[in-house]
Amino acid sequence: MTSIFKTFMLATTVAAAPMMLATAASAEGEKYILVSHAPDSDSWWNTIKNGIALAGEQMNVEVEYRNPPTGDLADMARIIEQAAASGPNGIITTLSDYDVLSGPIKAAVDSGVDVIIMNSGTPDQAREVGALMYVGQPEYDAGHAAGMRAKADGVGSFLCVNHYISSPSSTERCQGFADGLGVDLGDQMIDSGQDPAEIKNRVLAYLNTNPETDAILTLGPTSADPTLLALEENGMAGDIYFGTFDLGEEIVKGLKAGVINWGIDQQPFLQAYLPVVVLTNYHRYGVLPGNNINSGPGFVTKDGLEKVEEFAGEYR
Amino acid sequence: MSDAPTQFAEDERIKTRSKFREAMIRPELGGIIGTITVFAMFLIFAGDSGMFNSQGVMNWSQISAQFMIIAVGACLLMIAGEFDLSVGSMIGFAGMLIAIFSVTLGWPVWLAILVTFAIATAIGALNGFIVVRTGLPSFIVTLAFLFILRGFAIYLPQTIERKTIIGGVADAAEGDWLAALFGGKILTGLFQWFGDNGWIAVFERGTRKGQPVVEGLPMLIVWAILLVIIGHVILTKTRFGNWIFAAGGDAEAARNSGVPVNRVKILMFMFTAFCATVFATCQVMEFGGAGSDRGLLKEFEAIIAVVIGGALLTGGYGSVLGAALGALIFGVVQQGLFFAGVESSLFRVFLGLILLFAVILNTYIRRVITGER
Repeated sequence: MTSIFKTFMLATTVAAAPMMLATAASAEGEKYILVSHAPDSDSWWNTIKNGIALAGEQMNVEVEYRNPPTGDLADMARIIEQAAASGPNGIITTLSDYDVLSGPIKAAVDSGVDVIIMNSGTPDQAREVGALMYVGQPEYDAGHAAGMRAKADGVGSFLCVNHYISSPSSTERCQGFADGLGVDLGDQMIDSGQDPAEIKNRVLAYLNTNPETDAILTLGPTSADPTLLALEENGMAGDIYFGTFDLGEEIVKGLKAGVINWGIDQQPFLQAYLPVVVLTNYHRYGVLPGNNINSGPGFVTKDGLEKVEEFAGEYR
Repeated sequence: MSDAPTQFAEDERIKTRSKFREAMIRPELGGIIGTITVFAMFLIFAGDSGMFNSQGVMNWSQISAQFMIIAVGACLLMIAGEFDLSVGSMIGFAGMLIAIFSVTLGWPVWLAILVTFAIATAIGALNGFIVVRTGLPSFIVTLAFLFILRGFAIYLPQTIERKTIIGGVADAAEGDWLAALFGGKILTGLFQWFGDNGWIAVFERGTRKGQPVVEGLPMLIVWAILLVIIGHVILTKTRFGNWIFAAGGDAEAARNSGVPVNRVKILMFMFTAFCATVFATCQVMEFGGAGSDRGLLKEFEAIIAVVIGGALLTGGYGSVLGAALGALIFGVVQQGLFFAGVESSLFRVFLGLILLFAVILNTYIRRVITGER
């Protein structure tokens, strides 16, 4: 009985603590809210959280991270409206679907909140919604650059493992890659889902039925990690040409072992960190960079992996 | 149930109860207490955070209205003794149908909406038909449809357009009479007047400078209120309402006394699908497009709202007003935690605690007051 009581008290304290803390911390300083389209299950966004937290600490401003738990973009639109209603100095948000998100973002801009678009969307779209700038990696271009690189390495066919098929930007990466190679995307993109076991087995099944596939493209650690396991299992590790977007611990290991040829680093840390720095300096001193900031694409290969390895999944 | 007609008090079959007791055993009592508690809590913790300015109020009202629309259907179905787990998938599927019909096939939007409603309610009827014919638990049957409909919501746009979000519905719906019933806003003049008088905030810059930040009452909220009223009237004021209670209470006894239980259940499945389609249509019209992942987990949110509102999972007991209050509580808590500055990953912990608390409170109140064991 006592132990149940203790557990309950502890749970209540743990649950109530952030509420107290947050109320205490909101006393002074600029406030910036970052809204992403990522569902909770996507581990890649951890780097974003670290980036914005560090920027908030260094600039001495209040920062918050918000996302729709299931990745539902209509929910995300509401979160942006909500963020605007809470009257922050600035909102940093992804623009993963222009139709859905442009309305709430424009309304936020018009109501006096400064907005920076990060990660998804294009510089043109950022300008159209009235954002100060775009910080990120143009997805189609990044995919295209990767496709050109793979073509130079002799790739003619590939499998794109899409773990976030409901986001248009992820399809753009696959499409860009196909166009860079100069082939038709066709059935070379699979909807892998987000469950590691499902991803692994779908990759195995695809490679089984399409043994002539030259290359694999994964769109992030969520799909890359299980794909690595799949390749180990069917013995194609190190044999098949393997490129991936984004970095993570397993991807870095894969690069080191020579199983993965390259990773495209869009540097999520910078995507979260820079907007906070830019906004704070803009609000404090009125200075603003005159252009958009491209955080990627940067190809990470076996060479010069040390720093990447040290901070993979944390700041890289 | 709650319609005990006191004017027949001399009838020996009817037990007389005091007005106070009558008020206390209403299923929505827990919902009323919860609503007051939740508002009081957020007025204290988040009173000055923007949660209660015009934008903030509109924000959680819209979220609550969304929950309300699907909760009304889920509530009536649950009182009739069944579940529908396909609500969330139906939202994604119906939205996608509207987008495909209107954008890809180029149909007029009103036709796309009407055909979608027809297809959705037909699927609802199929759900119900399978349940009453096979005698399988609706939990299983509708779980199957959860996957079937979600699968189609991804497969159809992938095959037809090679993408999973179809936009452009807003352009197609321009000037459409039926689309305006779902995506429009009413009372815009009133809100402009509020803005002119400085009662609500106005835009400070841009092309909409001087216009109020909340330009009108979205049709989403109008639909929610309308469905709650219709659902409440049907449930408490009509013979059909009694049939719903009877079907969920003891189906066999109801059948013996002449209630068409199967028809009632099938109709309730159709109504649930109808509500999900209203949700989907409002969403598609507001955001101008449909996405394959829309409505994920919404079936549980509907059930949560209904349960917070005091309905019994076993059927035969509950109220639409209670479900509406449950939806309000859910919406206010979900959005309010943000305004209170709670770390986002913890909001589900709070939500879970509140759900648990609400259910325990509801059960406790009902037991104490009705004396049931």
